[in-house]
Amino acid sequence: MIEVGNLEVSFGEGAAVIRAVRGISFEVAAGETFGLVGESGSGKSTVLRALSGLNPNWSGAMHVDGQALGKRRSKAFHKLVQMVFQDPYGSLHPRHTVDRVLAEPLAIHGMVDVDRRIETALVEVGLGPAFRFRYPHQLSGGQRQRVAIARALILEPKVLLLDEPTSSLDVSVQAEILNLLQRLKRERGLTFILVTHNLAVVAHMCDRLAVMNAGRIVEEMDVAELRRGEASEAYTRQLFNASLGYNRARARELITFE
Amino acid sequence: MTQLRAWLTADTPVSRNHARAIQAYLSWRALASNPLTMIGLLIVVALVVFATLAPMLAPQSPVAQDLTQRFIAPGTQYLFGTDEFGRDILSRILYGARVTLYIVVLVAVTAAPVGLLVGTVSGYFGGWVDAALMRITDIFLAFPRLILALAFVSALGPGIENAVLAIALTAWPPYARIARAETLTIRTSDFIAAARLQGASGFRIVVGHVVPLCSSSLIVRVTLDMAGVILTAAGLGFLGLGAQPPLAEWGAMVSSGRRYLLDYWWVATIPGLAIFVVSLGFNLLGDGLRDVLDPKSS
Amino acid sequence: MSQPLLSVEGLEVRFHTPKGIVEAVRGIGFEVGREKLGIVGESGSGKTMTGRSVLRLIRPPGEVRAKRMVFDGNDLEAIDEVAMREIRGRRIAMVMQDPKFSLNPVMKVGDQIAEAYLVHRKVGAEQARKRTLDMLAAVKIRDPARVYDLYPHEVSGGMGQRVMMAMMLIPEPDLLIADEPTSALDVTVSMQVLAILDDLVTQRGMGLMFISHDLNLVASFCDRVIIMYAGRIVETCKASELKQAKHPYTQGLLASLPRIDRPVGELSVLSRDPAWRDGPVVVDGKMVG
Repeated sequence: MIEVGNLEVSFGEGAAVIRAVRGISFEVAAGETFGLVGESGSGKSTVLRALSGLNPNWSGAMHVDGQALGKRRSKAFHKLVQMVFQDPYGSLHPRHTVDRVLAEPLAIHGMVDVDRRIETALVEVGLGPAFRFRYPHQLSGGQRQRVAIARALILEPKVLLLDEPTSSLDVSVQAEILNLLQRLKRERGLTFILVTHNLAVVAHMCDRLAVMNAGRIVEEMDVAELRRGEASEAYTRQLFNASLGYNRARARELITFE
Repeated sequence: MTQLRAWLTADTPVSRNHARAIQAYLSWRALASNPLTMIGLLIVVALVVFATLAPMLAPQSPVAQDLTQRFIAPGTQYLFGTDEFGRDILSRILYGARVTLYIVVLVAVTAAPVGLLVGTVSGYFGGWVDAALMRITDIFLAFPRLILALAFVSALGPGIENAVLAIALTAWPPYARIARAETLTIRTSDFIAAARLQGASGFRIVVGHVVPLCSSSLIVRVTLDMAGVILTAAGLGFLGLGAQPPLAEWGAMVSSGRRYLLDYWWVATIPGLAIFVVSLGFNLLGDGLRDVLDPKSS
Repeated sequence: MSQPLLSVEGLEVRFHTPKGIVEAVRGIGFEVGREKLGIVGESGSGKTMTGRSVLRLIRPPGEVRAKRMVFDGNDLEAIDEVAMREIRGRRIAMVMQDPKFSLNPVMKVGDQIAEAYLVHRKVGAEQARKRTLDMLAAVKIRDPARVYDLYPHEVSGGMGQRVMMAMMLIPEPDLLIADEPTSALDVTVSMQVLAILDDLVTQRGMGLMFISHDLNLVASFCDRVIIMYAGRIVETCKASELKQAKHPYTQGLLASLPRIDRPVGELSVLSRDPAWRDGPVVVDGKMVG
């Protein structure tokens, strides 16, 4: 479904250029959930932004559903690939009602049957029609994230890019959102790319994952290998150990990888 | 009444208009909770009412001269007294409100939208669009307001329209700057990214997403600026470059009354007070609006 | 636990809002000794307000009341603002979640730390600088002399949090209130920061109130844990026994966490029982009230 080959993304120009992503390649099969794991600055979110079309400063080759991607994306691409952002407080326009948030993508793509689609989308993400005319400030973080998911799915895409979708939510709400995403994926046969720093979330959601550090993929592995802690790279092992909780002896052995 | 209130404070709006009505009601309640703002609003509403109803409210014609009735002190016969031509000052103040309102409205409807459009387009699209628009803004920003007004008046002749033109031409660049600065922070936000990922065009994003967020701080700024506009207009009138006699304009009234200030204080003082009260009104209202509308303060 | 450092009884924090009174903290009591006390809860549980109320950092319309709030023999309820200022910073310090917002952007980080020292100690500028460099080294900053001259925007998140910690720790406080000090940090950096805090508690005998939403982290890092729900403490236990928590809320939270080692088909979702708001609470495994 998704092929990324030798992707490079840089910011800035000349001497101040920062190579955020340094030639990475991966493939994601249809219906798969692929995790991109790393710490801040590893380039994992940058990959997602290049793939989605938000950042045009990339080189390499990207294909989605057999189509090669250019710098500018067509409307058809946006109907195929949608994204959910990390911060539910920042990803909804503060002056738009839920209704307007959901109606806008339908208007852009000239889709008919607006009322029915909006109400169905709200029911599907577990909110119901009562939320239709509320403003974001009348919603909790979890409810906002559900609206953001509804907005992404209302165009009936095949691919959903998830950028840390639960990292700013409480753990009990995180469980609800992860369950919702799993259910929608099953029902609609979606393909996910999930970017996160949380290995437990990756272990729960993904089939395969790639660990990124400093713009490169350090290691690609199967989720079963992750669960058993069978990482072949020292960086992944360190990340894995740190995720298990605080340990006085281990904290002293931590090193910085470049 | 209680039904209406329940409808306006409902947690679950049932339609688009209901949601809007609730928002408007909540903003209104926040605005109404500040007494100073309400005083400001009252003054501005009074200005509008007096200006529209001036022909009905004024006891006399603002231009009718009666040299037998010169310099009558404020009292029961003439509430605000009469001026050097025996004209009723109250009537002139009421008609002067029309001129003031005319200037204020004209500046607001020309300068604010231009500033908003230039600022948001410049901020959102960036690159050469931004560079070009901002240099134009800089050029206009460099014009001294009164000197420009003088130039217009000498080229086109004195009159309110030319004064307004000069004020509007120098008023929009600060609005463009404000709108651009806000747009720069808005355009990197996730909800703009989300709109782009839905395939929204640049035009749709600027008009539908950026402008609504910039407009509230702009409304605040325009309201606060109105006091300055009134004072500039009065200043031009005072210099004899704005409204021309016998048209009643507060600044021109102060100017002509100045000569008799020592003997007949009311001739200059009353229009001066009118300018003061209306400017204060706009300032109080602007401060209150800032508390309610400015997203940064909430 | 020997002599507690901080002892709080009947703490209430309420906010007067146009819609009525919001009770953020509803009559809680706890003690902190020279130990790592974890305070866990979800957003809105009142954990942050609890930390702030100790330092009297809640502004109107917020209102703090307590039956008893004693820090090392000082009645924090009774003392005036001048005496409070002496305690704040010097004896009790606080580290917040995001260091960038807590640092002055136009002042070198080293000078900010030195100033924190000078406010509380009567020493010369030279000595304050030397002490600052020592402190930067103590929070495991590799090149203290270079970092001293940096401005806040030039330091990374992890380094910023360590700078913040150096600033808070330089007056050698007896109690540190750390509100989500590692939430904005990468997991490996966060481990390093925790190791510094750990050393301060175990070697210098400082008390630590560690406010966090991360159950796993608190279980592995702290000595004792307080679980807050709707402004109340619903469970208190040894950190090592958190996994065997008895209160349904704590159990629900733990169950909703995804696990690395064990796959589950669907995560269990917390269904909130209204009775938790005022119902019985658990203290060291025993139901009370």
